[in-house]
Amino acid sequence: MNVLNFAHAFFSDGAHWHGYDGIPTRFSEHVQYSLEALLIAAAIGLPVGLLTGHYGRGGNALALVATAGRALPSFGLLVLMFIWLGFGMLPVMIPLVVLAVPPILVTTYEAVRSVDPSPVDAARGMGMPEARVLLQVEVPVALPLILSGLRTAAIQIVSTATIAAYISFGGLGRYIIDGLYQRDYEKVIGGATLVAGLALATLAVFWAVSRLTVSPGVRRSG
Amino acid sequence: MIRIDGVTKRYPDGTVAVDRLSLEIPDRAITVLVGPSGCGKTTTLRMINRMVEPTEGSILLDGRDIRQQPVNTLRRSMGYVIQNAGLFQHRTILDNIATVPRLLGWTKQKARARAAELMERVGLDTALAKRYPYQLSGGQQQRVGVARALAADPPVLLMDEPFSAVDPVVRKGLQDELLRIQDELGKTIVFVTHDIDEAIKLGTKVAVLRTGGRLAQFAPPAELLSAPADSFVEDFLGADRGIRRLSFFPSRELELQTEPIVAIDAGADRLASRATAPYLLVTDLDGRPLGWSEPDRLTAGAVEPDRLLDFGRPFVPGTDSLRTALDGAVLSPTGWAVAVDGEGRAVGVVSQQVIGEAIRAAHGRVAEQADVGAGR
Ligand SMILES: Nc1ncnc2c1ncn2[C@@H]1O[C@H](COP(=O)(O)OP(=O)(O)O)[C@@H](O)[C@H]1O
Ligand SMILES: [Mg+2]
Repeated sequence: MNVLNFAHAFFSDGAHWHGYDGIPTRFSEHVQYSLEALLIAAAIGLPVGLLTGHYGRGGNALALVATAGRALPSFGLLVLMFIWLGFGMLPVMIPLVVLAVPPILVTTYEAVRSVDPSPVDAARGMGMPEARVLLQVEVPVALPLILSGLRTAAIQIVSTATIAAYISFGGLGRYIIDGLYQRDYEKVIGGATLVAGLALATLAVFWAVSRLTVSPGVRRSG
Repeated sequence: MIRIDGVTKRYPDGTVAVDRLSLEIPDRAITVLVGPSGCGKTTTLRMINRMVEPTEGSILLDGRDIRQQPVNTLRRSMGYVIQNAGLFQHRTILDNIATVPRLLGWTKQKARARAAELMERVGLDTALAKRYPYQLSGGQQQRVGVARALAADPPVLLMDEPFSAVDPVVRKGLQDELLRIQDELGKTIVFVTHDIDEAIKLGTKVAVLRTGGRLAQFAPPAELLSAPADSFVEDFLGADRGIRRLSFFPSRELELQTEPIVAIDAGADRLASRATAPYLLVTDLDGRPLGWSEPDRLTAGAVEPDRLLDFGRPFVPGTDSLRTALDGAVLSPTGWAVAVDGEGRAVGVVSQQVIGEAIRAAHGRVAEQADVGAGR
């Protein structure tokens, strides 16, 4: 028996495609957790990163937050949150958000910091209000890097969201945890394959978003 | 008029970039700020659009302190051009130029129409409108920078070393274009450069700053060259200021000689009548100069153009200066300069000696005027 056989057996079993433990349900649960966590992390990381990058201040504090965030083990945090907050979605979201904020925050900060200062100076000199300088001059140029931070965060969330299953939530982690418990390796490998597939799909989505939103003038010159 | 009144700028680290500077910047003329690197030119320029706030003193625009209006209103009334153009790489050329009109609330359509107009004005092919900055050469990017600054038709234009980063040939083209645009539009331009030749070429008035941000001299370029205020200005002007000053004297009044000019088909008797001249200028049948020859080396009806001496660079008496005429004479193997009309036909020749007399006469007139001006 090899991995491919396991995977084949898992996906060709019609029973795996229906019901509350079916692939469509688990898949959409996983996507939903991941999206929620990414949105919350972006809502924290983007504004803070944009403003600190724009004003060029707080870089050291950011680096500290980022290092701390990266050093925290997600699984440990999950267990801790579960003990502390009990059963619920919050103990799942907190580790995912803590995991995703540092790459978003730090990359956004760096992206805005590294924008060529002369167009920014020209924009101010022409009488462009500060908010427009940030949103219409700096962000469009920083966008490829900002998106890469979001992409890193999204991939990490997608692979880490499997831990939701540890505290009895759904998502693709269900197959992995249950499969291990039941010694059903078909299920384990099937689940892992789906997570990997979702990660690849995430990459594809980011590629498409970047094609659509990054100006050709930035894409070619940067 | 922009009036800089006793302005000092001390940066937080203690650097005094500008020290009690007072300048009256005339309307509808190019005022150049020139001086060595770090002498406070950029700081001075940026105080005019309040990108830098003075520590002491004030700046008046048409009699009103520039701090009396909202800062962005002030800036939108002053075009701003910087060294590397500072174009927005994510916007097309057309949208780069349309920036200030858009800030002023014009519709996209109107702003773009205006931008297209500006492209033509600064000598850019409108086929470039949809391109992005990275697709343009440095010189073209600078033209876009100038067009962008002019888009909302501001009365004032601030330019900080706008042509320093391009090669000399392109720079000369951009300078000529700026002078042409200025002839048409008559803006009040403050132009910063570290290049004294650029200052002399472009400036109606030139302010020479010395390190530490103090004004060394503020005068029209010809006066700067003829009467530098002190040894700093003199050194800064460079070694050949006497020659460069000749750019300000017209060659119009040079006495030209026409006898040494002969056409390539000149007959023997005509050649004989010119035999006393040291050299003859041979022209083609349309009167365009071909080259010099000693009279006795010419044979009637059988001139071989490739055996003639090079006639150097001719000058046009109506438009060129004594400097160009002298240059032509110095470059000519015979020591004579050739004057041509607008179509390149020879209208006369002139010797170094005659040019030298004209230079002395011109100096004399300037000295007289200076005396009259000083009330003597
Ligand atoms: N933001 C700043 N903070 C401190 N010193 C500055 C700043 N900007 C310029 N300076 C200093 O002020 C002096 C004048 O600078 P600047 O106006 O840029 O000169 P220039 O344009 O003539 O080269 C220099 O000594 C420069 O180092
Ligand atoms: Mg400077």
